[in-house]
This record gives sequence, structure tokens and C-alpha cells, in this order.
Amino acid sequence: MKFDTSAVRQVKKINQLKNNNMPIEKFKTIESTCVPLKIDNVDTDQIIPARFLKATSREGFGDNLFRDWRFDRNDNPRKDFVLNNKKFSGSVLVAGKNFGSGSSREHASWAVYDYGFRVVVSSFFADIFKNNALNNGLLPVQVSESFLSRLFEEIFQNPEKKVKVDLEKQRITLLSTGENEGFEINGYKKTCLINGYDDIDYLLSIKNKIEKFEATLLSELSE
Amino acid sequence: MAGKTLFDKIWDNHVVEQIDNGPAVLYIDRHMVHEVTSPVAFAGLDKRGIRVFRPGKTIATADHNVPTEDQHLPVKDMLSRKQVDTLTRNCEKHGITLYGLNHPYHGIVHVIGPELGLTQPGMTIVCGDSHTATHGAFGSLAFGIGTSEIEMVLATQCILQPKPGKMRIAVEGQPKKGVTAKDIILYIISKISASGGTGYFIEYTGTAIRDLSMEGRMTVCNMSIECGSRGGLIAPDDFTFNYLKGREFAPKGEAWSKALEFWKSLKTDADAIFDRELEFDAGDIEPMITYGTNPGMGIKITEKIPDGSKLKEEEKTSFFKSLDYMGIEAGSGMLGRPVDYVFVGSCTNGRIEDLREFTHFVKGRKKAENVVAWIVPGSKQVEKQAIAEGLVNTLEKSGFRLRQPGCSACLAMNDDKIPEGKYAVSTSNRNFEGRQGPGARTFLASPLTAAAAAITGRITDPREIA
Repeated sequence: MKFDTSAVRQVKKINQLKNNNMPIEKFKTIESTCVPLKIDNVDTDQIIPARFLKATSREGFGDNLFRDWRFDRNDNPRKDFVLNNKKFSGSVLVAGKNFGSGSSREHASWAVYDYGFRVVVSSFFADIFKNNALNNGLLPVQVSESFLSRLFEEIFQNPEKKVKVDLEKQRITLLSTGENEGFEINGYKKTCLINGYDDIDYLLSIKNKIEKFEATLLSELSE
Repeated sequence: MAGKTLFDKIWDNHVVEQIDNGPAVLYIDRHMVHEVTSPVAFAGLDKRGIRVFRPGKTIATADHNVPTEDQHLPVKDMLSRKQVDTLTRNCEKHGITLYGLNHPYHGIVHVIGPELGLTQPGMTIVCGDSHTATHGAFGSLAFGIGTSEIEMVLATQCILQPKPGKMRIAVEGQPKKGVTAKDIILYIISKISASGGTGYFIEYTGTAIRDLSMEGRMTVCNMSIECGSRGGLIAPDDFTFNYLKGREFAPKGEAWSKALEFWKSLKTDADAIFDRELEFDAGDIEPMITYGTNPGMGIKITEKIPDGSKLKEEEKTSFFKSLDYMGIEAGSGMLGRPVDYVFVGSCTNGRIEDLREFTHFVKGRKKAENVVAWIVPGSKQVEKQAIAEGLVNTLEKSGFRLRQPGCSACLAMNDDKIPEGKYAVSTSNRNFEGRQGPGARTFLASPLTAAAAAITGRITDPREIA
């Protein structure tokens, strides 16, 4: 089944006209310095601890991103944590392998995005985090372990060094040296990110088909 | 053409359409929601001006942030109360059945689904909670989803999902005495690591899995996510059917016979091919305990913690950071370490069988004075049964008290927080930094090992006492 973008555009337009719905931001090519988080197995409890999940809206989670690594028990910034190091900034977070494991809380993606990151680079992502990120305009870029080590080396050596993340070409490039690597993303999600579509727009556009499917599923199971 | 796996069969049954070079549109039979991950999804529907598409296929409960004492009173924490009230309002507005606080069916979402017979073989089941994998114990395709995906299910009863790879984990042979379902899954995760299952859906097979009760199977499937896998499932058999028969929402009469016929067909074909296959010897498993800050950092309780010498350079930082948080030395042992707290409960080990195991162990003994113990039933029905079976009475004689149902100290969203720096032996599923409270240090183990720690006040091999 080919992904029918015209139907999605239509549903999206109807929704926006009806409700002033905030459109998802379109993903553009990014050139940015990076924030290096050289820790493996960063779980979503570290990204946003459970005690901050009591909000009933999705805004503002960036304040508590990596809360217990960023601040001590008295809410003073921990000097040794990378987000408190003024040398490092940018919209690209570079993290150790198996990023986003554990709890399915989408708040983790909201927090990373709300803080200002648009890309997370790692050599390995947990499945649910990857889906959640893609659903929120946050691009997970999975690179080889060797490319990841090179990124860490370069960033630590000179925090001013930038990377370019080109979603259209599916390529990440270290601008200072030209070293680059391709990354995977499924064609459907790529189209959604570039155009600012979301999955619900798409699903709503095929609702008739879902209703037809229900009739067959129910009859099959009760045969 | 090769045969199909059980996973393939259920997946294929539910594909509404497959997008080229993209995910499948997967139809969802059963959706469960709770107070923490759902409010933004309901708000999303409001923004779009649409209603829940199939309200009869979603059920709700408030479990994650609720207090486990004085549940008859209003929730004290204002933010928690707001989330619980928001869930109630959303359910009323959209006609969704809610088993809220004080309802006789209230409890942890992954405990009440099975005990009400809502979880059935061959179904697709999702919930905004990664431990949804629990329901795979019934031969259903169950996995955790994010809030955007909750909104998809509410809006269209479907989600978009890329098809995962398939892994088979066989545990063959007879486990030793004192080895429980929890030890089996902690053992598997310690062998394949906290990310070894990422990208796969697991089917658990083998005699040691077949011999487990439904409760035990749920414990195993529950922790599939702790090795990175979206879910795990076990083919249904007579254990499954006997468990389901007569439950509130299980099919009845003629519908039962029809369902049974269909359920019996749910197994992997002999010539089906998996992307990855692993086999473990049940005889090698012993009571397990974790020492670090991810569930893959587990050892046999009698073993020494790794000294780190075998790790790659880039892995060492994370390993030693973890031990530093835990206040534990590399290469040291676990037995005899003092324990401050014992937590029995959660969707992993908060079922009646877990409470029985714990209670039988502590019967006739006394809780160690230095230990604070929180025993939290997984649901109102578990609580009721524990009272009826006399477990509560026995527990009280030994110095323990049963609290009220909820997720409690597993994720410490309510007041049940392990204090900073304290050590807890916990029957829950995650030992992440701060998971059980800021600065809390967690050792994951079985209800038996938790019982041994609660009696002696130290990490103790349960076989040494029994």
C-alpha cells in the first residue's frame, strides 16, 4: 500500500481549520554544535524521573530533563554534568549506546525536545523511545560505534565543532573533517517528519478501511 | 515456504494495511489506559474535535500514582489527584469503563486485565506502559506504547508499527528448588543484557516455561522489556484455558467452545524460522539478584559481582558509575549485605501466588527489626483473596502488614519512596538510578529472596533458611 499523502494533507487541513491545531514542526536540515552525554544505557527514568510525570499537558518537561544528574537534592546544578557545562550547547545530543531504555513514558521525548534538542545521536536506541521520538519531531540518528567514538573525540576536543544532519539524504556529517555516515529511517516516517504530518492524520484518512477491516476480523474470529 | 511463528499469526491477523517501506497499520483488540500516560492523548482528541472511536475496547484504571493507604480518603497529593480526576472525567466523557480507586476490580492494569479475563489468547493488546508485555503470557501480542500511540488507538483503534524481528528463548529442564519465575527471567536478562532483545519480539518455550503457572508466566513475559524487547509471549495451553474459564469477561457457553477451538490453533509451526534463537538450561539457574542500575546487571545470589576487568574500555565508565551509585565494590559478594527496605508488589510480582510464596516463607518467623517492609497487593481482588486465604493474618503475626493496591514503590510516584542511600530488596522490575525514590538503591529479586531478606535483615539465600 503506497502512502497516500494527499489524503493526509486533507485530514490535516480539516483538523487545523477546525481547531487551530498546532502543526508539527517540519524537520529541516540541521547544522549545530553538540552536547556529548557519554553514558551507556541512559534509561527514560534518568531522562525524566517518574515524580515529574504528574502533569496533564506535554509542555515544560525540559526543565526537568536529566533532573537528578543535573541538580543535587537541594536543586543546585551539579557542576560535573554536561548540561551544566557552558562549553557545550546545540540542538544535537550525542549519547552512549542503548539510549532511552526502560519505561515507555513519552514524557522522555517531550523533555528532550522541550529542552531544545532536535536530534539524538547514538549507536543504539531502545524501540519505544525511537517510536516516541519520531512521533514528536525528534530525530533519532543511529550510527556505528566507531562513528560515535569519533564524534565524542571531536566534540570533547573542540566543543565548537559542528555536525550536519540531513534527513532528506539520510546522512550525518562532521563538518570539520567531512567524515560522514548514512542512517536508516523508514520512508513513511521520513515523509511525515519532512512534511510535518502525524500518524493520527494518516489513520483518520483511512478510517473507512479500518471499519471494513473490523467486519472481517470479527467474523473470522467467531467462525 | 516456511511455516509461521505464533507472533506472525497474530500479527498478520491484525494488519489492516502494510505501508510500502513503512510500518503496518495494526488493529488493536484491547486497550488499557491509566492516569499518567493518557491525559495528553485525550487532550489531543479534544484538540482535533474527535471522539473515542471504539470506547468498548478500552478499559481504564488509576494505578501509577495512587496512595497505598487510606484509599477511601481523597488523594492528598494535589497533582496526583488532578491526574486521577482527569482520568475519571475523560472516561465519563468518552464512555470508557473505569475501575478506579475503591472499585472491587481496581488494581495495577497488568494485574486486573488477566484476572478479569480481559486478556485472551490471539489478541493484540496495548497500554501506555512498557510492562504491557505481561499479557503475552496468554499467547496474546501485547506491548507498551507511547502517548501519541495511545491517541492513535483512541482515535482509530489502530496504531502504526514496524514489524519487529522474532526471537525464541527456550528454557529446558527442571529448575532447582528455590528457583522461581522471577529468577528465570532475571537469569535470561543477565545473559543477554538490558538491550539484547531490542528490535525483537520474544517467544518463550521449553519445559521450564511450560511448567510455570499463569502467574509465573506473567512474571517472565512482564520483564521482556527489561532486555529491550517490546514483548514476549507464550503459546496458550490447558494452564491458560483453565485460568481463563469462568472469569468475568472470558467468553461463556457456546462462545467459550468456539474461542477454545481458535485458541488451540495458536502455536508456532514446526518449520517456522526465527531471526534469533537461544536456549538455556534451567538447571543452571539459581536464585538471582541484581547489583547494579539496569536489570541486566544480575548474578546468582551466591556469586561475586564482576570486577570489571572483562569489560571493553568504553563500557567501564558506565559500569563503575553504576557501582558507585549503588555504593558497592566491584568483585565483592552480595550475601550478607544489610537491607533497609523490602518491597513486595508491582505488575511483576504482586499477584496472589507471590503473596503466598512470601507469606509461607515468613510464617512462624519474625520480620527483622531493621527492615521496613511494604507488601502491596496488585489489585483489590488479590487483596480480597489474601484476606480470605488467611495470608494477611499470618503476615501480621510475623510483623508485616498488607497495604492497598497500586504500583507503589516500583516507580515511587506516590509517597512510597525508598529514602536516599537506603538499600531495598524489591520484587519489582527496574533498578534504575532513583527509580524507587531519589538516591534509592535497588536489588531486584524474587518474592522468596525478598522474604529471606525481610526475616534476616540481610541479603540471604532463601535456600539456606527453608
